[in-house]
Amino acid sequence: MSKIKIEDVNLYYGEFQALKNINMNIKENEITAFIGPSGCGKSTLLKSLNRMNDLIEGVKINGRMLLDDVDIYKDIDASVLRKRVGMVFQKPNPFPMSIYENVAYGPKTHGIKQRSKLDDIVEQSLRAAAMWDEVKDRLKKSALGLSGGQQQRLCIARAFSVNPEVILLDEPTSALDPISTMKIEDLLVDIKKNYTIVIVTHNMQQATRISDKTGFFLHGEVVEFDDTEKLFSMPENKKTEDYITGRFG
Amino acid sequence: MQSTKANYSEKLMQAVFYLSALISIIAVIAICLFLLLRGIPAIGEIGIMEFILNEKWKPTDYPPSYGILSMIVGSTYVTAGAIAIGVPIGLMCAVFLAKFCPDTVYKIAKPAVNLLAGIPSIVYGFFGMEVIVPFLRENFGGNGFSILSSSIILGIMILPTIISISESSIRSVPLSYEEGSLGLGATKEETVFKIVLPAAKSGVFTSIILGIGRAVGETMAVVMVAGNAVMPLDKIKLLKPIRTLTTNIVTEMSYASGLHEESLIATGVVLFVFIIILNTALSLIKTRDAKN
Repeated sequence: MSKIKIEDVNLYYGEFQALKNINMNIKENEITAFIGPSGCGKSTLLKSLNRMNDLIEGVKINGRMLLDDVDIYKDIDASVLRKRVGMVFQKPNPFPMSIYENVAYGPKTHGIKQRSKLDDIVEQSLRAAAMWDEVKDRLKKSALGLSGGQQQRLCIARAFSVNPEVILLDEPTSALDPISTMKIEDLLVDIKKNYTIVIVTHNMQQATRISDKTGFFLHGEVVEFDDTEKLFSMPENKKTEDYITGRFG
Repeated sequence: MQSTKANYSEKLMQAVFYLSALISIIAVIAICLFLLLRGIPAIGEIGIMEFILNEKWKPTDYPPSYGILSMIVGSTYVTAGAIAIGVPIGLMCAVFLAKFCPDTVYKIAKPAVNLLAGIPSIVYGFFGMEVIVPFLRENFGGNGFSILSSSIILGIMILPTIISISESSIRSVPLSYEEGSLGLGATKEETVFKIVLPAAKSGVFTSIILGIGRAVGETMAVVMVAGNAVMPLDKIKLLKPIRTLTTNIVTEMSYASGLHEESLIATGVVLFVFIIILNTALSLIKTRDAKN
């Protein structure tokens, strides 16, 4: 079933057209990967799925993006959308507060005040991010004291805390070491049964390891979008083949 | 030959730099020495407890009485009032300039704030005398020269300090914090007040302490609007005149002599202690900040 439908989307930064005529269906409970060289538009598309592009001045979008058949640019408030479509950024960005407060922040802003309920959410979110045992004894310590990999998993736990339906990840492991990367990949595969996951990655092995569908982007266009297995073994487009075999990019 | 010449000019420049650094240090030491050498004996003669805990200031009576408690309390009240007025307004203004201000408005608002910093204190004093004092007189009674009028003027005077330092510290909060908060579905207002402002808190505290420093030390504007009467402690009221440490010095310096003059310098020593406390607080904030 399609969770997100992208229909004829064009996006402009001022005069520059960053996305050209994008059409795509993103399925529930799958991991969809966006790959392509830098500047190809993959992150731009990802960010427009929860309207983080609204923060940038001069962005114009036409076409439609539907979440459960509701137009996310017309019929839904940005903060409601972002609660349903969470995001994990390229650079781990925990808030400068305690580990506990980092995870509790989201539910608090959405009106949950009861201490016991917050405690539950914090524990569940950290468990879901497979880091509860690592941090349960230092929940009151600053999140900035964690390692980069732990910080990124904390950010994933934080994304879980508001109970989203979709999780967007923008090159979440590009700043991390191989072991932390593996932990996060395992985690994503583990949780996809409950979520719809879209990940931008510059790492093609990562896409093949974890994703069900892959989209290859070039110059703002989707060159090819197919099952990951098929796209990497029998690409239909010559450019896709050149890219995945390392001839450019 | 050439290299010796280069060497020589380098040495010369080094000496110039040293000398420049030395001059500012010498200035600080000279001021401290002057204050302490002339002020401490006076405090000794009056007695420290008598000096800072007695509210009776009658330097020309016989026998004279040199108690500055009323001025210490006056400076404290006036400064607290300035903080109560200046900090909320300044902080909100900084938040607005850094996060909500459209470019076109910023082009006007920012220079306006900078201009506020450049206005001489005598002009603030005049404005207070001609506008604020009459306004208070007509609306709240009394003669208008009061703690409140001084607090209002000082509250305005510390705005540029609070605004510009807070604004730049708000701007230096990484955008990634904001993205993280917005990405969780928080609104922009929630994000600014719950994430950005707390992350900028050391800059905000710094701005408040510098603002306090300015308010404690300000003389000219205060002397024009405070009324300058030495009030017994139980008569100190928001709408009544007040004398601060600084205005005590400036109103009596021209005719004081002997122990009276020395006691004014000793008033300066007390003021100096206030400033040292503030500077210590400032460096505590900075070291704590550096640790994080």
